[in-house]
Amino acid sequence: MAITADDILSIEARYPHVFRRPLYQRFGPLFLVAGTVLYLAYALWFFSMPQVLRESHWERLPLFLAQWISYDLQPEFRLDQPEITPKYPRFSALGENPNPDWVIRNPDGTFTVLIDGPAKSVTFDKTKAVIVANGQTVPVSLTGGKPVISGPVPDWITAHDDEIVARMGFVGEVRVTVDRVKVRKRFLGWANFVFDTRSPFFGKPAGEVASLLVSGPELKPGTSNIALAADNIWNNAQWQHGDVWTKLLQTIVMAFLGTLLGGIVAFPLAFFAARNITPSGLLSQVLERFFDFMRSVDMLIWALFFTRAFGPGPLAGSAAIFFTEIGTLGKTYSEALENIDDKPREGVQSTGANGLLVQRYGVLPEVLPVFISQTLYQWESNTRGATIIGAVGAGGIGLKLWEAMRTNSNWANVFYMVLLTLAVVFVFDNISNFLRRRLSRTLHDYNRLQAERG
Amino acid sequence: MTSATIHSDATRLAADAWRRQTSLRRLYTGLGVGLLFVAMCATMWFADEANAGHFLDRLPHILDFLSWLIPKDWNDVWRALFDVASPHDTGTQEFNFPLGRVPVWGGFYIPEYFELMLTTVNVALVSTFVGFVFAVPFSFIAARNLTPSPALRLVVKRFMELLRAFPEIVIAGLFAAIVSIGPVAAIIAIGLHSIGALGKLFYEINENIDMRAEEGLRAVGANWFERIRFAALPQVLPNFMSYTLLRIEINVRISTIMGAVGGGGIGEELKLSISRGFGAKTLALVLLLFTTIFIVDQFSAWLRRKLVGEQAFLMSA
Repeated sequence: MAITADDILSIEARYPHVFRRPLYQRFGPLFLVAGTVLYLAYALWFFSMPQVLRESHWERLPLFLAQWISYDLQPEFRLDQPEITPKYPRFSALGENPNPDWVIRNPDGTFTVLIDGPAKSVTFDKTKAVIVANGQTVPVSLTGGKPVISGPVPDWITAHDDEIVARMGFVGEVRVTVDRVKVRKRFLGWANFVFDTRSPFFGKPAGEVASLLVSGPELKPGTSNIALAADNIWNNAQWQHGDVWTKLLQTIVMAFLGTLLGGIVAFPLAFFAARNITPSGLLSQVLERFFDFMRSVDMLIWALFFTRAFGPGPLAGSAAIFFTEIGTLGKTYSEALENIDDKPREGVQSTGANGLLVQRYGVLPEVLPVFISQTLYQWESNTRGATIIGAVGAGGIGLKLWEAMRTNSNWANVFYMVLLTLAVVFVFDNISNFLRRRLSRTLHDYNRLQAERG
Repeated sequence: MTSATIHSDATRLAADAWRRQTSLRRLYTGLGVGLLFVAMCATMWFADEANAGHFLDRLPHILDFLSWLIPKDWNDVWRALFDVASPHDTGTQEFNFPLGRVPVWGGFYIPEYFELMLTTVNVALVSTFVGFVFAVPFSFIAARNLTPSPALRLVVKRFMELLRAFPEIVIAGLFAAIVSIGPVAAIIAIGLHSIGALGKLFYEINENIDMRAEEGLRAVGANWFERIRFAALPQVLPNFMSYTLLRIEINVRISTIMGAVGGGGIGEELKLSISRGFGAKTLALVLLLFTTIFIVDQFSAWLRRKLVGEQAFLMSA
């Protein structure tokens, strides 16, 4: 069956909203896309994106990420001393008496450092060094006043005028000059996570530590070994477990206290702000503007003000979340109140109950699950937000994270704190989700009963 | 036994049962509230103890602290806002308003604070755009009813969860070391977070669409992209836009905070101004920030109401 011209016309006449759409509807999406593209071009120029991206150091990214889950040791061997001895930087992960099995003093007086077994290693004395990696053996002569490679230079070695740099990938590198050999050997994992180098338990295998804890002689007179170990772990100088966990607890407290206090203050105010319940329209207007104000002044501004008023710490953070939350919760509470079913309220009113009783029995049962659910949701999102405002001095783990990152050398500590933060967010998400699911079941049952009753 | 006694017995039994149930419920409610109260007092004590200054010690001085905020000359607030020279200018940073002018052409200039506010808003807009662009395809892959492959769905979902929970400040710190400290690092951090946050909201919308249109297209042999484009997208786009607008509101706030920790923009200036106690400058900045956030919120609320109606403001338990 073919469509005739008349059919086409009649279809067009019947569905004008499809065939004769106004101009703005037809070209709206096009303008939206064009506007977005123009805006992006402007943003590229505004942030001088091309230049920033050209000058950025993307090669650092894998390096930083590797540092999150690994640590390195950097022994240095002075060749201009009478006797060659390995020297480790202060606060090296090996402690005060390092004697690693990958630094070998050979019988003939040379040193061998195994960077990844014998396949990637360096052997040297005062006159020459032999670098082994990638199946190649490269001898370096150190006698001529500068390091010289005899033969071709492989591409994993960079020969500078006064220094030979051999890169061996993730496992480390070797730097050779005439008066010193510097090795960087990288290990997967976190060094000294439990006991730092000052602890008497340092370097002992787990079994020995366990037996010391259970029945060993007191390592520090007057203190039980368990108390000593706990103190050593809590005050681990490198990982600062005690400080990190305290700061984490502060972040949790900030979110909890701020949200709870915000809810307590917003609760009565919301009844006066809800247009269907308020005794005066003017009061409702004033309160609504007040909620908008508290929200729009932004958590950052409150955080900065309270940090100045109370000094840095979780009190300032709690107060900042508290003030923002008055606005947010006040607004959501009053919106929930405005959406209630009026019938229960009228019923209670008809019995001659006073104003407070009407709210208690006519309104509260309906909105309380919504209130609690909204508060839990805000609690969850504030747990995340508290991390950020901490960085401006409002207490908690944020500042610690920011300080660890500023030095650019402590990425393993950063990752440790990130993992803890992720765990906290995960746990609190699940608690809040669980409680809200329970609540929504209550709501659901309530609605079903209502429906059955008709 | 008369029917009246039976009736009254039954009533008494029911009343007793009801009373028992209520008293038990009251007990639980009381216990819960009591527990919450104890937790509140404990956390208050903890927060106070850990703070540099204590609440009760500082409370009498709260007005002293606010006194620096009141400028000697209220006109200085306007002068600070529009970079007009102040008669109080003695060369100190507190009143050097015209110094920050950003020249445009001839005698015209953009006042410094407006330029900074623009940076902050642009960071928020660009990062929301980044979030939107990636969240849309991810959300279709992560939706149970539309996913092309269940294995891929799980990967994308976990990835988005990670992006959402990862502290933005760490991403910002990491990229500050790579692309130099400033707004671009903030864009990357907020953008990555937005992908996770929007993606989650989006795929929840996707899972609730009417599948009949999709079945129709499947019946005529449409491939995955065509089914998404013509069956799913028209249904979800208004809701997507609504959530994106909501995200812009949130991102303006986050980008302000990012500014305060080195991300550029108005946050940095505000932090400096408050820590040095510049009354007029602080008031000007707070006024500008407050107005901007208020306008963004109201505009977004208006647009959301137009897009999806009152539904955008309803909440479910």
